[in-house]
Amino acid sequence: MEVIAGIVAAATPLVYATIGETISEKAGVINLSLDGSILLSAMTGFAAAFVTDSVIIGYLAAMAVSAVIALIVAVTSIELRLNQIAVGFVLFLFARQLALFLGNSYVGVNGPKVPSWDIPLLSEIPFVGTVFFQHNISVYGSFVVIFFAYWFIYRTRPGLVLQGVGERPEAAFARGVPVNRLRYLYTVVGGAMVGMAGAAVSLDQIAGWREGLTTNVGWIALAFVIFGGWHPYRVALACYLYRALLFVAGEFQVQFPDLVQVLTQLPFLLMILMITVINTEWFRRLGDRYPRWRNFLASAAPSGSGQVFVRE
Amino acid sequence: MNDLVRRLRVPVVSVVLALAATWLLLVVVDAPPLDALWQIWNGSLGRLSKIPDTLIAWVPLTLAAAGLIVTFQAGMWNIGVEGQIVMGAIGAAFVVRELSGPPAVVIVAAFVVGALFGIFWALIPGYLRTRFGVHEIFSGVALVFVASAIAVYLIIGPWSRTGVASTSGTDLFEERYWLPTVGADEYSWLAILVAVAAVVAIAVLMRGTRYGLRLKAVGKNHHSAFLMGIPTNAYMLSAFAMCGALAGIAGTVQALGFHHKLVPSISGNYGFLAILVVLLAGFRALWTAPIALFFAAMLVGSTQLSLRLGIDSSLAGVIQGMLVLFILVVGAWQAQRTRRLARRAETATTAGGG
Repeated sequence: MEVIAGIVAAATPLVYATIGETISEKAGVINLSLDGSILLSAMTGFAAAFVTDSVIIGYLAAMAVSAVIALIVAVTSIELRLNQIAVGFVLFLFARQLALFLGNSYVGVNGPKVPSWDIPLLSEIPFVGTVFFQHNISVYGSFVVIFFAYWFIYRTRPGLVLQGVGERPEAAFARGVPVNRLRYLYTVVGGAMVGMAGAAVSLDQIAGWREGLTTNVGWIALAFVIFGGWHPYRVALACYLYRALLFVAGEFQVQFPDLVQVLTQLPFLLMILMITVINTEWFRRLGDRYPRWRNFLASAAPSGSGQVFVRE
Repeated sequence: MNDLVRRLRVPVVSVVLALAATWLLLVVVDAPPLDALWQIWNGSLGRLSKIPDTLIAWVPLTLAAAGLIVTFQAGMWNIGVEGQIVMGAIGAAFVVRELSGPPAVVIVAAFVVGALFGIFWALIPGYLRTRFGVHEIFSGVALVFVASAIAVYLIIGPWSRTGVASTSGTDLFEERYWLPTVGADEYSWLAILVAVAAVVAIAVLMRGTRYGLRLKAVGKNHHSAFLMGIPTNAYMLSAFAMCGALAGIAGTVQALGFHHKLVPSISGNYGFLAILVVLLAGFRALWTAPIALFFAAMLVGSTQLSLRLGIDSSLAGVIQGMLVLFILVVGAWQAQRTRRLARRAETATTAGGG
């Protein structure tokens, strides 16, 4: 039970990052800088919280930094028609190095941490209470983000417009939707959420700052958005499964200490395999026969994703 | 003259902007800007004794960049090049550990096997892309992690140092299998020769051959190239293989010429950095060599920063990132202005005619 609770808590940063990226990709902008953004926002969040002794200011600072990076991706692609992948990759390296450079003096320092808080009543439910309601605000926030993202994208009118902007920008524009303005909005919102992933590491999960703190969370998140088919529930499920797999790998560590390095990378191999299977002809045929299976395992990228919308 | 001014405008403006931003950054962290830049220069190309260090960093960076020219021209993002360097180093280390014979034979064998390992690791994302449509960025990045996991496994497992299993690396290779140097030089003339040959070969390949032309066609417009009868998949795979081979050779140089053993961080981030080099070079092969030299100098020179000024050596990476970003942005901005001016001229003529 504690184990499952631990897995749920450990997946928090990944959940914020994947849901944030899902939102901006749904609107049609790919933010490849994720891994650097998360590291830089983790550093900024920790430094801000350390200086002001306020976790909340730390989170806000982390969100602001990541939102600015997302804004750069949006501006350069929408206004200047630059390749989103190129800009995102440069920003990934830049943000990573900047985090190391500016964070130099904060390495190993003890700073504030998100206090744990059991939700009254709910936390006393047997099993469910322990697993989901004996954490802290950061972890609860990740649950809220999953459900809210799903509800917003699939159950509200603005969410429907958001999907239209990502799938059929021309059609949306013809209906009077300000496509590029909405792309700005959702890219920045998604970026801010990615910043929360950084803060969730440096102010909660690891609580501190050092080099390589966020260990490739950004790249994993980018892959899980695809793996989860741009659907908040499935993306989140991928995050929890990944942490569960890591836990199992950690258990094997005791029996096969030599293999631990390989085992912790196993999810990556599984991920490649899974994305490959989804892309095979065989799976497509299976999907035609059992649509339910296809809907469960795969879905296509927003078709306008990564493409700049140019008004003729 | 006017043309020259126009062509120089983007790089000059970008460099000035990057310098200004660096200045600001250094003022923010309370470091003397001029002194910091002087230390970088003095710690790399500015002093004769530091030039070998710069060359040591230049070789793998240039090799990886030359390889990336091919995949980029074919329209693909071979981000996994970092992992291909690691695999090349593993292949080379395997040969040197297992084979014994005349040094020349063993070293050549190590280069061949290193290149083959690199090719193998590059063909995985290549195959997944061409056969299943899996985007090469994600399979590539995943394979970077897998490759370094394999390296660490070998280092602490089967190839661990006698008696101790530590992540500091394997035992040193036999000295006669190190890449040859002149006198007491730390850098190997062979490695530099290989890098120069690679850049020239790729430049000739891309500019002067039918293959290069058709590869560019695949990169520019995949669909039309296919309709023209170019076997696009084969071309894409060959681009991956070529980049993997050069990355594998870079890994071989890292293992046999620099570390003289297998270490976990054998790729030294050169693969990722090479992507910046190629972006800065505008995908032109010959430009990768001087730009890689500039990047290598910054990288090596910045190690002085932490010793002399107490600021982190990652400043080099920050400046490099800013420079590439500014080049991209300023270039795109100028292109957009040209577009706008052209459109305005067009509307003016139509209005005048009507």
